[in-house]
Amino acid sequence: MKKLLWLFWLLLTLILAGYFIYKMAVDSDKSTFLIGEASHGHYQIEMACTACHTDAFGGKDMLQDACMNCHGPELKEAHDTHPKKKFTDPRNADRLEILDARYCITCHTEHQQEQTHAMGLTLPEDYCFHCHRDIGEDRESHRDLPFDSCASAGCHNFHDNRALYDRFLTDNAGGLWLKEIARIAPANAAEKIALHGNPEGSVAFSEALGQHPDVAAEWLGSSHEQAGITCGGCHTGRDQQWLDKPTLDQCQGCHDDEAEGYLSGRHGMRLKQGLSPMTPMLSDLPFKESTLKVQHGCNSCHKAHVFDTQQAGMEACLDCHNDQHSLAFEKSPHGRLLSKVISGEISADSAVNCATCHMPRQLIKKNGTEVVTEIVSVEHNQNMNLRPNEKMIRSVCMQCHNLEFSIDALADPELIKNNFSGRPAKHIPSIDWALRRLED
Amino acid sequence: MKKAVLTGAIAVSVFSLSACKEPEAKGIAPKLYTDSLFAVMKADRTNYTKLVVQRLGPNGANVIKPDEHWQDLENGTLLPAQMFRAGSEAVAEMTDEFTYSLQSLWPVNKQNGPKTEVEKAGLEFIAANPGENFYGEEKLGDVTYYTAVYPDVAVSEACTKCHNAHKDSPKTDFKIGDVMGGVIIRVPL
Repeated sequence: MKKLLWLFWLLLTLILAGYFIYKMAVDSDKSTFLIGEASHGHYQIEMACTACHTDAFGGKDMLQDACMNCHGPELKEAHDTHPKKKFTDPRNADRLEILDARYCITCHTEHQQEQTHAMGLTLPEDYCFHCHRDIGEDRESHRDLPFDSCASAGCHNFHDNRALYDRFLTDNAGGLWLKEIARIAPANAAEKIALHGNPEGSVAFSEALGQHPDVAAEWLGSSHEQAGITCGGCHTGRDQQWLDKPTLDQCQGCHDDEAEGYLSGRHGMRLKQGLSPMTPMLSDLPFKESTLKVQHGCNSCHKAHVFDTQQAGMEACLDCHNDQHSLAFEKSPHGRLLSKVISGEISADSAVNCATCHMPRQLIKKNGTEVVTEIVSVEHNQNMNLRPNEKMIRSVCMQCHNLEFSIDALADPELIKNNFSGRPAKHIPSIDWALRRLED
Repeated sequence: MKKAVLTGAIAVSVFSLSACKEPEAKGIAPKLYTDSLFAVMKADRTNYTKLVVQRLGPNGANVIKPDEHWQDLENGTLLPAQMFRAGSEAVAEMTDEFTYSLQSLWPVNKQNGPKTEVEKAGLEFIAANPGENFYGEEKLGDVTYYTAVYPDVAVSEACTKCHNAHKDSPKTDFKIGDVMGGVIIRVPL
């Protein structure tokens, strides 16, 4: 009997070991090893384990490299106020024992959904206290403020303070809440950096056009037609043969900056990791029932052949997104402005649609050998302007609004829900405090 | 006789073996190491202040704008203290064989005030004894460090004017030649 039990134990152990070895080494589905749901930033790629766990034995440093591999450029652009290098001096040894700020995972522990709050933070929100506890002694305005209010009241961020540091506040104090409406710069990235030219492909342009009069009608008047990009410009595969369904590869040939942003953002990050395209069904945000299974690609928003950026910048978003903020857009002040553009009352470059704020046009200066090329491209990585929302202040809001209104509006959750229909309910006093300090 | 020879041989062997000490570890003494590092730092810091900021900044040709928020300005460039810190941070990314920082008893940013006992003693010493350095040892975390503190002296008006006028500066009467703070170099022992 005893022998039988031992035999049974051995068999069970071998079966379990075999199962896990198979899952680890052979099976592409690694969900067995998922120790908990990933945060809102990473859930899309939680099954691409090696995106973060690049080595089985790397530990914290390996994970840190993985974090910086994706988020490093963004943090650099944000002039990160708390980079790792600020904490490596030995004089911080006592602080690191409490909060090891050299590692992202100290504050952003993954697979801990039950204790993850805004910004993917897994620490109590009074973390500023550890180093800045005596701020009340220096600044009268900060006396008695709770330490969980530093980053939650529209005043400070741990990483990105480009629109919140004191000199910026005082330099941009005052002014009308609504300035003159900014003109949207026409995007010119593709024409400046077109890589592939305009291949004819295996089917001649005239022949292809003649076969599809409906497509030809859509193409006529499009930006591609205006730029002289004919059928073969998109419908040519790597093998120079006709391609029925162009993919990201073909778009990327000319729209490289946009594709890079897309692959780093919410819509394309799964593709970057070699996973199937994103579908609304995979997300826990509210989406329209009818689009739950639609796979995301360039053509999901940029309808083929027409490539109307106005349509891509609003209608395409509202085809899928079904949250309060999105649904409130059309009746909001921004939405009414767009209606005026559609009715011809104001020019198209005055339009504000979803993309104006969430995928803004940005000026990039590219240094050539002798000349600096100024490129206006569309930032397709929503994260650059999404969370924390103060990221939008300089790049987006202040194009039309003053700083005070921008800070107040973005700190008002109800105003965000109704898509800025009304005025902020609360005033954030950071500019007033900075001005008072300057006067003192 | 045989026994005596054998005993003698063993005694000679033991004596000769005991004379074979481990070769003494040779290397640069911590003081010389940190003094040398400081010489390079001081030269670069002075040159940046005088040859770049003073010469090309608002007090000179006025073609660059040294500013705390230099990244926000066209032609903006780092203030001398920021340049020094940027060097220190870049070094920290390359090696942990030594670290250095710029601190003061009168820091514009309070985070750059003395924090450890040795830092405090060192900064007080160099302020009270112009021209002298301070050397000590301290244990931070699990590591013992050789810590050297060198005076950071105001070499141009760019230094004094900026600190005296800064709203966060606790001292507003710096003059050229004053010890404004200290360079702290640490070497793990």
